[in-house]
Amino acid sequence: MTPRATGEHILAAFQAAGAVTIDTDILQPAEILLDLYGEDIRARAYTTQDPTRGEMMLRPDFTVPVVQSHMSGGADPARYCYLGEVFRKQDHAENRPSEYLQAGFELFAREAPEQADAEVFSLFSRILAPLNLRPVTGDIGILMAAVRGLSTTPARKAALLRHIWRPKRFRTLLDRFSGRAPAKPVLLAQPSSAPLIGLRSQTEIAHRIKALAEDAATPPLKAPEAAMLYDLLSLQAPAEAALAHLRGIEPLLPAIATAVDRFATRLKALATHGIDTKTLAFEASHGRTSLEYYDGFVFSFHGPETLPPVASGGRYDALTAVLGAGTSIPAVGGVIRPALVAQLEAKPC
Amino acid sequence: MLKIGVPSKGRLMEQTFEWFNTRGVQMRQTGAEREYAGTVEGIPGVVLVLLSAGEIPRELAAGRIHLGVTGSDLVRDKLSDWASSVTELTPLGFGHADLILAVPAAWIDVETLDDLDATAAAFRATHGFRLRIATKYHRLVREYLTRHGVADYQLVDSQGATEGTVKNLTAEAIADITSTGETLRANHLKPLQGVIHASQATLYLSRRANFDTVARTGLTDLAGLVGLDLPAG
Repeated sequence: MTPRATGEHILAAFQAAGAVTIDTDILQPAEILLDLYGEDIRARAYTTQDPTRGEMMLRPDFTVPVVQSHMSGGADPARYCYLGEVFRKQDHAENRPSEYLQAGFELFAREAPEQADAEVFSLFSRILAPLNLRPVTGDIGILMAAVRGLSTTPARKAALLRHIWRPKRFRTLLDRFSGRAPAKPVLLAQPSSAPLIGLRSQTEIAHRIKALAEDAATPPLKAPEAAMLYDLLSLQAPAEAALAHLRGIEPLLPAIATAVDRFATRLKALATHGIDTKTLAFEASHGRTSLEYYDGFVFSFHGPETLPPVASGGRYDALTAVLGAGTSIPAVGGVIRPALVAQLEAKPC
Repeated sequence: MLKIGVPSKGRLMEQTFEWFNTRGVQMRQTGAEREYAGTVEGIPGVVLVLLSAGEIPRELAAGRIHLGVTGSDLVRDKLSDWASSVTELTPLGFGHADLILAVPAAWIDVETLDDLDATAAAFRATHGFRLRIATKYHRLVREYLTRHGVADYQLVDSQGATEGTVKNLTAEAIADITSTGETLRANHLKPLQGVIHASQATLYLSRRANFDTVARTGLTDLAGLVGLDLPAG
């Protein structure tokens, strides 16, 4: 089957699951995407100039326009599906396509988020079942809750949360805050005789100097707390075993209790959908890459190592708040790449 | 024919000629001083092509020239996955310049990338937009900042007089080439610790050019004269 025909089949399955088909423009205003994703998106998306609308991008993903469309007056709850091209520059000559189809499903619902997570995952699992892919799940919400629960300053927690999607940077900060790496030397230059130029004011500089002094006076994270966080970062286990492990460390890190409860509720919901949670892979650090915006449940489905994930998705409650200008709605969704499905159907792995 | 692309003007052209001349390959401009034509003597079938240094990476990647002399900063910035298009034969020992980040000298709290990252976060929270870094080296700067986990910044394009952008309020920081730091100081800027790329004039071999018998012989002869190791194949 052609990727398009495969995509139509997937779309039909999404529609059968109650989703309304939604169409979005291929040309998207660059500003909102840049604001959300930062410069990284400029390296990945095709940008072009419109004489009246300014800088535009060829749709690098559907999530942002679908959320925008929903926030400007969608039903509540709502299920959407779509099929269309996305465009991503490929910097390395490794034969990855720069234009490919995505078939997606997004669920906006205020009630029972774990049921919604399970609904989306099991729908993807059913559609992809013939391919015998390897699913991997995670939950960024647990990691975020652990950081929020650390007994350290709000500034340090904010710094860690800000870099939660940049694992290397996060690790550097954690190493420093826990005393495993030398503290940042307070390297204040000599008072400068140069005139202050630019938008950043003397007050902002003074604030930062005060923040640096406060940070230098902050004691390192307590060793058991830091150890818990390192343990959490590397946790990889079948979901039920991971839950048992998390229940075990919960008394030492009580702040994760609510997030772990949600994880437990989700596993129950998955089980009622027929997912075997005893074997389902769980990785606490799954989904932490720079172009993502997931802040809860995350999942992906993998074929052979040489291929990118066939499907991926997750929960992005915070994104809807950013795009909703004051309003937000819990949301979970994901995409399948029909071309990869077609390729694997033709030659099963 | 073996085509060598050489920068068409200024010190870079003179020093390139000098480098080849002292190694027994006579290279010179022909015709009037402003005419972009030149010759290579001593090796048959070798043609000199005078080009803007900024276009040499693209010409190498397209395979329209076999060899080219240009700054390593330009090759790395203009070509995606540059190593798949060109092979670095040898650095030439001139045209040194460092691509660095610079911020206002009055920012006494900012010395490292770490500081820049924290400052970008606070700046975005205060001003409602990402801290702007003016540069023409988009790829090199973005890759460097991504590698070091710096967030909450944006690049704004500046093709010249980049050091003036902070004072003109079109950027908060800059990334540009510097050799002595004189221009930075004159514009009340100071470099951050760390160099994005230490650039120098470099001789490149195109991996995309078609080498016929004459080109291959010319390349072998040239390599023998100037003492270069050629990659196998």
